[in-house]
Amino acid sequence: MTDTSKRIRIGAGAGYSGDRIEPAVELAEHGALDYLVFECLAERTVAIAQQARRRDPSLGYDPLLEARMRAVLPVAAKNGVRIISNMGAANPGAAARKTAQIARELGLRDLKIAAVSGDDVLDVVLRSTLRFEETGDDVSAYADRIVSANAYLGAAPIVAALAAGADIVLSGRVADPSLFTAPLIHEFGWRMDDWNTLGQATVVGHLLECAGQVTGGYFADPGYKDVPNLARLGFPIGEVDEQANVVIGKVPHAGGYVTEATCKEQLLYEIHDPARYYQPDVVADFTQVCVAQEAKDRVRVTGGRGQARTGTLKVSVAYIDGYIGEGQISYGGPGAVARARLALDIVRERLSLTGVDTSELRFDLIGVNALYGDGLAATHHDPYEVRVRVAGRSSNADEAARIGNEVETLYTNGPAGGGGVMKATREVLAVQSVLLSRDYMKPVFEMVEASNETA
Amino acid sequence: MKLRELAHGRTGDKGNTLNVSVICFDAKHYAHLRDVLTCERVKAYLADVVKGSVVRYELPLLGAFNFVLANALGGGVTRSLALDAHGKSVSTALLDIDVEEPTGS
Repeated sequence: MTDTSKRIRIGAGAGYSGDRIEPAVELAEHGALDYLVFECLAERTVAIAQQARRRDPSLGYDPLLEARMRAVLPVAAKNGVRIISNMGAANPGAAARKTAQIARELGLRDLKIAAVSGDDVLDVVLRSTLRFEETGDDVSAYADRIVSANAYLGAAPIVAALAAGADIVLSGRVADPSLFTAPLIHEFGWRMDDWNTLGQATVVGHLLECAGQVTGGYFADPGYKDVPNLARLGFPIGEVDEQANVVIGKVPHAGGYVTEATCKEQLLYEIHDPARYYQPDVVADFTQVCVAQEAKDRVRVTGGRGQARTGTLKVSVAYIDGYIGEGQISYGGPGAVARARLALDIVRERLSLTGVDTSELRFDLIGVNALYGDGLAATHHDPYEVRVRVAGRSSNADEAARIGNEVETLYTNGPAGGGGVMKATREVLAVQSVLLSRDYMKPVFEMVEASNETA
Repeated sequence: MKLRELAHGRTGDKGNTLNVSVICFDAKHYAHLRDVLTCERVKAYLADVVKGSVVRYELPLLGAFNFVLANALGGGVTRSLALDAHGKSVSTALLDIDVEEPTGS
């Protein structure tokens, strides 16, 4: 007997802002999709976008929005695939208007585009007496340096936009899994207090949100875990039933693979207590999840559960946190590590002699101890080439730049044979979080029609 | 033997906290690793990386563990001076830890 119950197919078109574009086009073309979701907002990305919006009020959305939409919209429209993304970043309205303009230029005048907003709670946070979760510091002590404060919204405003007929939904900060649970809630009509179903739906979103990380990307380890055709890695498809049980798969001819192991690695990615994965709409429980390979590149994932959501939402607060200056130089051949250590000693003494104003300094030998420190390095032989790296923090950009300069002067003043200097200074946008009552959030959407020439 | 012969894993980050999954290639080794791959051992092995506590969560249905390493990212991903600010390379180092061979395999 053929199972004819309803299935919804969701593809993941991006796992981060700069991700490859052609796997998304491939999914829209060959994935038999109902929805294509692009997750493009890392912790700090909204803050960077907010700075861009202050320079130009028509910007502040994902810098790759236009390239992605031009590549994907024609085939998505042809195949009736609806698109959901947080590419609206700090300006979902502008992202929707830009997308409407692109759709018109492509002759797709019937598309309806929704902009979801309400995640920006900067005003509330600045007036609050909240403390940061990480450090316990008063938020008010950072007030003059705070750039942005965005709440992780749940699925509700996206569900509402889909119910209103949106073909494309563009949001700012929304919890990553909620970008995927929203179309499922819309399609299956789940109650928002059906905690077990929402918990399993969170499993679906969590597996898909990093795109290629569940289809063999970020997984290969030659000789132990060999993955075919990574240059042509396919992005995942989740085929979901009305209980939120999912089969993770991919387009057959795409590179990579889907196995129990790839699904397990992604399931536990960025999780702390697997029994309590806090989301805006549910506290998900992954402890009873089972994975089962049912065919080549098809893994069935079931058993996610959930408990009632909490009364607060997580808010990421970004603030300017001084500058980092950095310099690097390479040494090679016999005695490379000894010369590199000498170079570090020279720079350490120079920074002190010349009175460079830093609050924190770090001296690394890339190839020896930069990733894990000296303890593990001591058990291994010296490499044939090594890269000196000095990094430091300062409240002042000019002071930070002096760190790289002191590395550069190793060219003519340091040990023999140093080469390939790189130096850089960057402003630091740090992020901490607060928990804010739901009462302050008023998520809404506005609809933009591609046919509207003023949009 | 090296843990790498029995398990694979991936690192994730949140603020100043790392998580490292350790997933058995063959679920029959789960009980053995539960005995030998203790929090104390992981913390000692990654002493230069982890400045805070190590907590282990057990996922027997997946044949997996999730280690949560506090204060392990130089003050947090967004402000760390480290080359690998996300700590993404930590999982591969942990797989190099020596563990006792399981019996009867």
